[in-house]
Amino acid sequence: MTYRVFLVDDHAVFRSGVRAELAAEDGLEVVGDAGTVAEAVSGIVDTDPDVVLLDVHMPAGGGVAVLRGVTDALGSQAPVFLALSVSDAAADVIATIRAGARGYVTKTISGAELADAVRRVAEGDAVFSPRLAGFVLDSFTGRSPVPEPALDPELDSLTRRELEVLRLLARGYTYREIAEELFISVKTVETHASNVLRKTQQSNRNALTRWAVNRQLD
Amino acid sequence: MPAPRRLQRRSGGKIVAGVCGGVADHLGVDVFRVRVVFVVLTVMAGAGVAAYALLWFFCPTGDDTAAPGPVERRQAYGLGFVGVAGLMVTFMIGSNAPAQDLIAVLFVLGGAALVWREVDMTGLGGRRTVLTWLRLAAGIVLVVGGLVVLVVAGDSIAGGVNPVLLAVPATLVGVVLLTVPLWIRLLRALDAERAARIRDAEREEIASHLHDSVLQTLALIQKRSGDPETVARLARRQERELRAWLFGDPAQRRESLAAAVAALSAEVEETYGTEIEAVTVGDVTGDELRDEQWARAASSLVAATREALVNAAKHSGAPKVDVYCEVTDEQVEVFVRDRGRGFDPEQVDPDRQGIAGSIRARMERAGGAAALRSAPGKGTNVTLTLPRTAPGHRRDPAQRDPARYDPTQTQEIS
Repeated sequence: MTYRVFLVDDHAVFRSGVRAELAAEDGLEVVGDAGTVAEAVSGIVDTDPDVVLLDVHMPAGGGVAVLRGVTDALGSQAPVFLALSVSDAAADVIATIRAGARGYVTKTISGAELADAVRRVAEGDAVFSPRLAGFVLDSFTGRSPVPEPALDPELDSLTRRELEVLRLLARGYTYREIAEELFISVKTVETHASNVLRKTQQSNRNALTRWAVNRQLD
Repeated sequence: MPAPRRLQRRSGGKIVAGVCGGVADHLGVDVFRVRVVFVVLTVMAGAGVAAYALLWFFCPTGDDTAAPGPVERRQAYGLGFVGVAGLMVTFMIGSNAPAQDLIAVLFVLGGAALVWREVDMTGLGGRRTVLTWLRLAAGIVLVVGGLVVLVVAGDSIAGGVNPVLLAVPATLVGVVLLTVPLWIRLLRALDAERAARIRDAEREEIASHLHDSVLQTLALIQKRSGDPETVARLARRQERELRAWLFGDPAQRRESLAAAVAALSAEVEETYGTEIEAVTVGDVTGDELRDEQWARAASSLVAATREALVNAAKHSGAPKVDVYCEVTDEQVEVFVRDRGRGFDPEQVDPDRQGIAGSIRARMERAGGAAALRSAPGKGTNVTLTLPRTAPGHRRDPAQRDPARYDPTQTQEIS
């Protein structure tokens, strides 16, 4: 099936580059693009794409503002979001994930890998670039400088298996390589990754909350 | 952490100069209590007056607008009166000076306060009404008058000193009292100018940095536009450098394991043109690296990581190498991984065995371990482990954490 993709990035040159790269891939169709938060929200509502490729850093609120705007307008009908950014700052990435993005890849990703990531989020999976996996590991395993609030062990900590999967993701393994390494099925790896994403979005841990709050105050 | 908030005098809510209100806001207590404290201090030989004057000088005005209510105003005036009366009583008891001298001193202080307050409110460049001028004049008259009375009555205070001699310091005191607001303003202007100079210097530094780095790279890219590989490498190096400059913590840049791993990844990437994705979780901080033994072990780890990276970049043929460094309470682990052509560790390959051997020897000397896993066509995995024990309590090498992977194991990876 063909997935309809919408591009959001404030650099027109970058948008046309991604457009050209994705046009070469089968099963993907770029239905629109936008360079500002307002254009993006109305464009996404109008074109109703399957996947939105979202720049994290943009004037007037960045990717988080687009995510909020679209989710407010469409509710459960909102498309899935894949963050695509050059930003290295953990705060930005974690805030975008917590606002609802299903994954994060860096802009240096190749066209084929990007197409693959788009297909994966369209099918409901989570996409962890090694960098995102590193940030999430850091925020779940690091000691918090402030006392933690009452934590829900189900939501606020990762299981041993999830940690193993996340470590391998941070080391650059693909889902298939992780499945082989841990002697589990690819499906199980996907489930672990989705659980990690859900916990990253819903956890009450200070490290995650603080990053997200910092971003909203900007 | 935000910088501690500076004490600011109340602006809209002031009775005299907003000092008590500012202190109350700063400490989060009721302003009435602060005023009582100042009054009590005033009764004690005038310490409250001195403290009030100093705070008035040194604290900037805030930007609040709520005016004090009539009750608060009346209370404050009442407290002020009590303070002045108390001060007079203690002075009269403490010294044998006659009452008119004390009243003269009060006149001088009151006049000075009037002048300061007026200049404080209107500013030198602010609008001046007739009332402002009247108040200023009244203040000056009070100060001068009070001083004249003191000088004329000087006989009784200083025990018969020539009034002319006394008039000289009295004039000085009067001039200083009346011009204090001007001096304060001058100091503040100097401060503001210094801050502006610092800002300018920063802007110049940014401009020169962008010129030396980004603009030069852009020029190079234009010149080499026919060679996509070089262009990509230049762009990547510039991106890394700029990002480190923008987001990097300058204190950490020198003394941190994560920074060292990032730096050497950039260096190897630049030298060999292989993309290196470096991810670090946790970090070893400067404090820990100051322990000499540990610092040596950590630099061995960094050197071994470098060898593994160079090895992968040179021989694997893979376009991309992943480095992952994780610091936990117990140990530091580094994984270097490529999806390149790989090799059989059992096979005698003097070059690569030599490098693998030297990585292992280096790690073992540092009290850690190295493991290598590879098979032809399956890429290469190098795992470096360094136990992280308290300084002076290094564990016996025999009890060292076993390497996570057996070196000879050639489990399939794709």
